[in-house]
Amino acid sequence: MSTLMESTRELVQRLQSGETAVSLTQSCLNAITSRDAAIHAFVRPIADGALADAASVDGRRQAGETLSPIAGIPIALKDNICTQGVATTCSSRMLEDFIPPYDAHVVTRLREAGAIIIGKTNLDEFAMGSSTENSAIGPTRNPWNTAHAPGGSSGGSAAAVAAQFAPLALGSDTGGSIRQPASFCGVVGLKPTYGRVSRYGLVAYASSLDQIGPFARDVEGAALLFDVIAGHDERDSTSVNRPVPKCWDTVNQPLTGLRVGVAKEHFGAGLDTEVEAATRKAIEVYRSLGATIVDLSLPHSKYAIAVYYLIACSEASSNLARYDGVHYGHRAEKFSNMIDMYKASRAEGFGAEVKRRVMLGTYALSSGYYDAYYLKALKVRRLIRNDFDAAFEKVDVILSPTSPMPAFKVGEMSDDPLKMYLADIYTISANLAGLPGISVPAGMSSSGLPIGLQLLAAPFEEERLLRAARMFENATDWSRRSPELNH
Amino acid sequence: MANYTTIIGLEVHVQLLTNTKLFCSCPNRFNPDNPNVQTCPVCLGLPGALPVLNREAFKLSLKTAMALNLELARFTKWDRKQYYYPDLPKGYQTSQFDLPFSSKGYVEFDMPSGELKRVRLIRAHLEEDAGKNIHDESGRGADSQVDLNRAGTPLLEIVSEPDIRSAEEARLYLEEMRLLLLTIGVSDCNMQEGSLRCDANVNLHIHENGETIPTPIVEIKNLNSFRFLEAAIEYEVKRQLGQWEKERKRLGDVDAPKTTRGYDPDRGVTVLQRGKEGAADYRYFPCPDLVPVVVSEEELAAIRATLVEFPSARRRRYCDQLGLSAYDAQVIVNQGNEFAAYYDAVVAICGDGKLAANWTTQDVLRQTNDRRETLAQFPVTAEILGTLLSKVAKNELTIKAARDVFAALLAEADEEKPISKERIDAIVTEKGLATISDTGAIDAVINAVVARNEKAAADVRAGKQQALGPLVGQVMKELKGADAKVVRQMLIDKLSS
Amino acid sequence: MLTRDEVLKVAELGRLNLSEAEVEQFTQQLGKILGYVDVLNEVDVSNVEPMAHVADVSNVFRDDVARQSLPRGEALANAPKSDGKFFLVPQIIEGA
Repeated sequence: MSTLMESTRELVQRLQSGETAVSLTQSCLNAITSRDAAIHAFVRPIADGALADAASVDGRRQAGETLSPIAGIPIALKDNICTQGVATTCSSRMLEDFIPPYDAHVVTRLREAGAIIIGKTNLDEFAMGSSTENSAIGPTRNPWNTAHAPGGSSGGSAAAVAAQFAPLALGSDTGGSIRQPASFCGVVGLKPTYGRVSRYGLVAYASSLDQIGPFARDVEGAALLFDVIAGHDERDSTSVNRPVPKCWDTVNQPLTGLRVGVAKEHFGAGLDTEVEAATRKAIEVYRSLGATIVDLSLPHSKYAIAVYYLIACSEASSNLARYDGVHYGHRAEKFSNMIDMYKASRAEGFGAEVKRRVMLGTYALSSGYYDAYYLKALKVRRLIRNDFDAAFEKVDVILSPTSPMPAFKVGEMSDDPLKMYLADIYTISANLAGLPGISVPAGMSSSGLPIGLQLLAAPFEEERLLRAARMFENATDWSRRSPELNH
Repeated sequence: MANYTTIIGLEVHVQLLTNTKLFCSCPNRFNPDNPNVQTCPVCLGLPGALPVLNREAFKLSLKTAMALNLELARFTKWDRKQYYYPDLPKGYQTSQFDLPFSSKGYVEFDMPSGELKRVRLIRAHLEEDAGKNIHDESGRGADSQVDLNRAGTPLLEIVSEPDIRSAEEARLYLEEMRLLLLTIGVSDCNMQEGSLRCDANVNLHIHENGETIPTPIVEIKNLNSFRFLEAAIEYEVKRQLGQWEKERKRLGDVDAPKTTRGYDPDRGVTVLQRGKEGAADYRYFPCPDLVPVVVSEEELAAIRATLVEFPSARRRRYCDQLGLSAYDAQVIVNQGNEFAAYYDAVVAICGDGKLAANWTTQDVLRQTNDRRETLAQFPVTAEILGTLLSKVAKNELTIKAARDVFAALLAEADEEKPISKERIDAIVTEKGLATISDTGAIDAVINAVVARNEKAAADVRAGKQQALGPLVGQVMKELKGADAKVVRQMLIDKLSS
Repeated sequence: MLTRDEVLKVAELGRLNLSEAEVEQFTQQLGKILGYVDVLNEVDVSNVEPMAHVADVSNVFRDDVARQSLPRGEALANAPKSDGKFFLVPQIIEGA
């Protein structure tokens, strides 16, 4: 059995008691070399850099330095997180040659803590999608069944953890892009509260919704990584200046008197029966752990998808205006004048989904439509948030499926963008309201695909959220399952 | 020719005098010879970089708004204005749209006629400047160059109502604006370097058969000198009048959209800028990367406490309290804060506003010009001049004697001798310049001079007034510090008795 | 829902060259999505303040202290075209 099969805490202990970061990193790199051709989780591994960093951590440990528990643990980064000197492509032709001159805030934090960055993972281009099929370098496959998608947009990071290429990974979540692939790949994925983790160096898709968060094989791993990346950063104006709890230290403490909310809107039409059954079972698990189950309503949740696509696409149309072939990024070879250079470069550099969203957002912000679309969406967004504020007066967490279905097949949804959008129904509200949310493994479908359970909490209640999720994890064995690793 | 009124509104752009750019820590410095050395991920618009607002830039904005009598918003935010241009690396300009930090103010200034002109302001908002595109002028179609040193410089846009009625008024308005901004120290207002520049919206109201017909509005972009502003508007008014007579197009006609023109100073004409016809769709929306600013009364009070006297108030004080003419007040105040402060210091010591005004606007201005010195370099400090003039005010020195002292002080300074107010008395003594108020002494000299000039004295006695002058001259020659008026009167008294 | 002309106008605003097939596809797909978002019309939003920021943060400032800028070489390193001093773009026709 690979070392990566260990729980995160066991892994940390092994590193603290003699196993070297170099050997752990080498085994991850070996796994990538031998098995990633079938999964395609990585845009690019960073073998030399990772081994050098690992050797340096081993040296510091041998010299008797007290290191962060994350020191020496390999981490995969979604390729929309800037790494100085290492290409950051967003899986887009537009940025295929883009090498940032700076590290994202989270990367700086990871390096300082001694984590080993072993590679950049695949995503839906510019994080726009739910399947990791919209990638200029081709789709990532689900390690549980390579005919299926890993979800998205952080599909590469989710698959990397599920396939045991890395014990930990970072993704970004704008409408469910951490939680949904975590659920599809049978791993844990946490989206922190908006403002909890600095976005400095995260290539923006929709700035008011984007948040970086961890993937791990278990809730403890998510807690470990969260502790390292969370906290105020003066370079991100939307980063919130408040203390961060030490979740790594508290995650195993069960909560007493836990109140679990269940919203009737989360069990509507379109919910797969096996997913529903797994979710209902999870409710019973919590009941058996002493939690109180509270029925509630989130009346505006049915508008979340419409609100989300208007806001996200509007912001995206603006955030992606900078890709014009002037200062960086792809420039077309043939054009008739400067404006045509812009248009040709963008037409060549962007894939279909990006173009679709840029078009939608441009339309929603354009003269004559702003009030009806964008402004209206901002108002309904507040109503959605108000629903949650009311709910969290009565409950500590809200439990729901992460996705209405287990992983769909590669190509199954790509003809109908709206159908794909609608599958984000359970995850999107957390982004609109800025809430923390987590997906934990909670079952398997009859066809052998993982099913995820989502828990949401009030803003800045990550500690409670992680403890609640850990209670479930400890009471079940879903997180300990792994896909069969071929080759 | 048609009877018409010229209607002008100005949008003034002012770069703020901060150490760093508006949203990043790159230096805010004019540096065209060394392109693309003042950039970072933020102002390059690199993927993932985020803006953070410069506290000082916001403070200077509030200060400016106070000087422009603008109402300050308690809540303000930043918006993105989307358009594509190579000098705009993010594809949008971070600006303020519906909730600017200030609105509804005015600027007042004196017209040459003496009339006080008030131009109302719609708003002032804070935004980032773009970089600079440098075009190939050879006509061979070579690539344009883009320099982003300037990208992200804090820029105030101050928008007036169309209250300006002539090219001259436009210039006076901009001059007053510049004086105000320099006085409160928020900008260096260097027009050659683009720290202060403006766009002029110009059209005509044609008065015809009892009807007033507005002509289509033309925006003249990027005027960066007072001369160009005045010349461009003058040209534009003539051009629009010609257009009106030829085409008779009115504001609002579908085939007469708002157009944008540039001023070509070499040819003295405005030139249509292609592709800027019609309203652009800027798709403003709140910038999600920046948070709002809520302004507290305490912060405003703290800034208000740092304000200096504004030019208009200073002119009023000079007229009302120091008895200056509007003209003198204008001359002093329009020289700028340093000069007016010098004047104030002189008045504080000598106590005579008019005397101080005459000296500063004539002697001091002439000398600093001739000597090519700034006031700070000028050796006769306000303290020295004030002390000198206080002696004049107390009749201890005549004007002429004071001029001699002034010249002597400058001469000593030129010999690199240290000068101070203490030197005044020494010079007066050395040169015997003190006013002789001892009438006995004067009387003695008069008697001697009259005795030596029997003929002239007889002429005066016979009523030939012109003979008096040479006698006064002779007395004065012997009595350097005497007051010529006193001598003259004493001579008349003597010869008519 | 959405006309072909509107799609072309939006593509122009968004600076995207679209193929004939893309124009067709986007007209249909965006029309469908806009039809879906019309569900918002049933929500009464009178007296609701728009929520542009979800985190309740205001007055975030930076001190006016200069920091090291990037060396020019790094600033230009990702430029598709540069002469070592400037970013280069095809000749700009004023306003075009």
